[in-house]
Amino acid sequence: MSNTLVEFKHVHTHFDTDEGIFKAVNDVSFRIKEGETVGVIGESGCGKSVTALSLMQLVTAPGKINDGEIWFDGRNLLGLTRDQMRQLRGHEIGMIFQEPMSSLNPVLTVGEQIVEPLQEHLLLTKKEAWAKAVEWIKKVGIPRPEKIAKSYPHELSGGMLQRIMIAIALCCNPKLLIADEPTTALDVTIQAQVLDLLRQLKGELGMAIMLITHDLGVVAEMADYVVVMYAGQVIEEAPVLELFREPKHPYTQGLLRSKPVMGQRQKRLYSIPGQVPNLAQLGESCHFHERCASCMEICRTKQPPLRTDGDTHKVACWLYEEGFGHEQA
Amino acid sequence: MSKHDSKNDKEILLDVRHLKKYYPITGGIFGRTVGHVKAVDDISFTIRRGETFGLVGESGSGKSTTGKTILRLTPKTEGEIIYKGVDLDSLSKQELREYRPSMQFIFQNPYHSLNPRQRIGDAIGEALLDHGMATPAEIREKVLEVLSLCGLSSYHYDRFPHEFSGGQRQRIGIARAIILNPDFVIADEPVSALDVSIQAQIINLLSDLQEERGLTYLFISHDLSVVEHVSDRIGVMYLGSLVEMATRDELFAQPLHPYTKALLSAVPIPDPTLKRERIVLTGDIPSPADPPTGCKFHTRCPYVTPHCRMEVPAYRDVGGGHYVACHII
Repeated sequence: MSNTLVEFKHVHTHFDTDEGIFKAVNDVSFRIKEGETVGVIGESGCGKSVTALSLMQLVTAPGKINDGEIWFDGRNLLGLTRDQMRQLRGHEIGMIFQEPMSSLNPVLTVGEQIVEPLQEHLLLTKKEAWAKAVEWIKKVGIPRPEKIAKSYPHELSGGMLQRIMIAIALCCNPKLLIADEPTTALDVTIQAQVLDLLRQLKGELGMAIMLITHDLGVVAEMADYVVVMYAGQVIEEAPVLELFREPKHPYTQGLLRSKPVMGQRQKRLYSIPGQVPNLAQLGESCHFHERCASCMEICRTKQPPLRTDGDTHKVACWLYEEGFGHEQA
Repeated sequence: MSKHDSKNDKEILLDVRHLKKYYPITGGIFGRTVGHVKAVDDISFTIRRGETFGLVGESGSGKSTTGKTILRLTPKTEGEIIYKGVDLDSLSKQELREYRPSMQFIFQNPYHSLNPRQRIGDAIGEALLDHGMATPAEIREKVLEVLSLCGLSSYHYDRFPHEFSGGQRQRIGIARAIILNPDFVIADEPVSALDVSIQAQIINLLSDLQEERGLTYLFISHDLSVVEHVSDRIGVMYLGSLVEMATRDELFAQPLHPYTKALLSAVPIPDPTLKRERIVLTGDIPSPADPPTGCKFHTRCPYVTPHCRMEVPAYRDVGGGHYVACHII
């Protein structure tokens, strides 16, 4: 129905350290369509944040994008110069992070920090930009915008700062908003406010959102499409309803079953045994095989490809490959 | 308060009565006390032997301070803490020491409470020596027993804290607490720093230990789904006060306080098909240094009346041990 806005094609981002090469993003491919919210989920160290940083080319040494292409709106970002990339960031691609306090400049007022991208990218005069900044502060639901614009970050609460971050990210009307754990540091009642705000602004502005989170509840609520990552790879992707109704990869199934859900209390929680493998010591096996209850012989020796199972549901698991696993029960 | 709890006649292990903890705010050049942060402001509850009492609330609600004050890790301002029928205040330092092994604490991030240069076997066994509960010769054997109980292996004995993952460190934290054979354990956000799949492992470990050893827990968490899973009874805190307390089933099926209702409705549920009526609270949590007059929740309450701004609502039993502090109930 709509065009592809972002396409990751076989992206490899590795960190070369003394302890070995950490393959944080290891052959990742997926798409984000215009106006779509794509949730990228996974546990710590699965590479979801590094995937976003690779898109923005903010990966710092010893990290390096070794291979692949990242297409954004018809351009391969990995072929752009630093200046061209800077023109995109904060303009066509907005971003918000987990800790708003550490992403804002403590010695500038929040108004000045919204003015900055407006002057830089939209070439507004200082006066116009200030008026627009105040308008944005109001738009993100903060009362007394004139006064708040003149406040410094330390004078505001975490919830308000995240609203300011959203204003900065969206004031230049980007096509894509990257939200990396935007509500993880917030209390649950404030999280509800911020998620509501994001939904409302998305309705108004129509940008696509790449939502990175570990919280399955947030994904269920916000996303249209979900990408599940494990140990630097995409192991499953599907539209949100489909993924929650019929998760296919044993890891996704385990993840959904191990989260306690309010109102659906069980006697005992399901838990995935073991822990995430060391990213520097990944072999040719399926990276999940040591923790998998359905592990077969081939899983120990060969990696399963990410293949379409059904219309839009993709999964990387030998169980769904013809001639290996049982057809799903 | 205990005399009202007739439904369950199990022995009351801990009785907290009108507990207050105020931190002074100093100002001026002479460091005079100019006010107080009322971190815990007159709360009362009881915990029976063998049960898990969950304490939920957002940041700044005073739930952690409550835990620390009960164990006398920080001195209380006022109130009584009666443990096994003995007022802990009436004990001398020496007598209190004898009670210490029976009350233990599990922290959110055990890494911060482990000495990086001490082998974890020694770290776990240390307390046994301190309290004269084992001779140096017996220590190794006792530590190994607890290690295996907590899902760790004997070769972990001689390792250092940095060699462990987050989940394993939490197992160490738990091993350290239970080696003294306590009756009562306060777990302060024990799974909040962990990934979902590891979270489930630790929650299951805690409930296994409870079953085997008849432990009583005070489980402090901001995560309502986790609290629902582990608790028998639950208290909800807001700005230093208990606003509601009930059995788990009652609290989730029939929350009475407007804050509890909002809190429950704000939790994202991992089910994209679910359509819920959400109560979104406006505004931020006020500062505990300058709490609102009357009912502390009135600034954010959707049902606020003029009366709420003037008078503090009484915390009372509305039937069957369901306590609530609200004028409109």
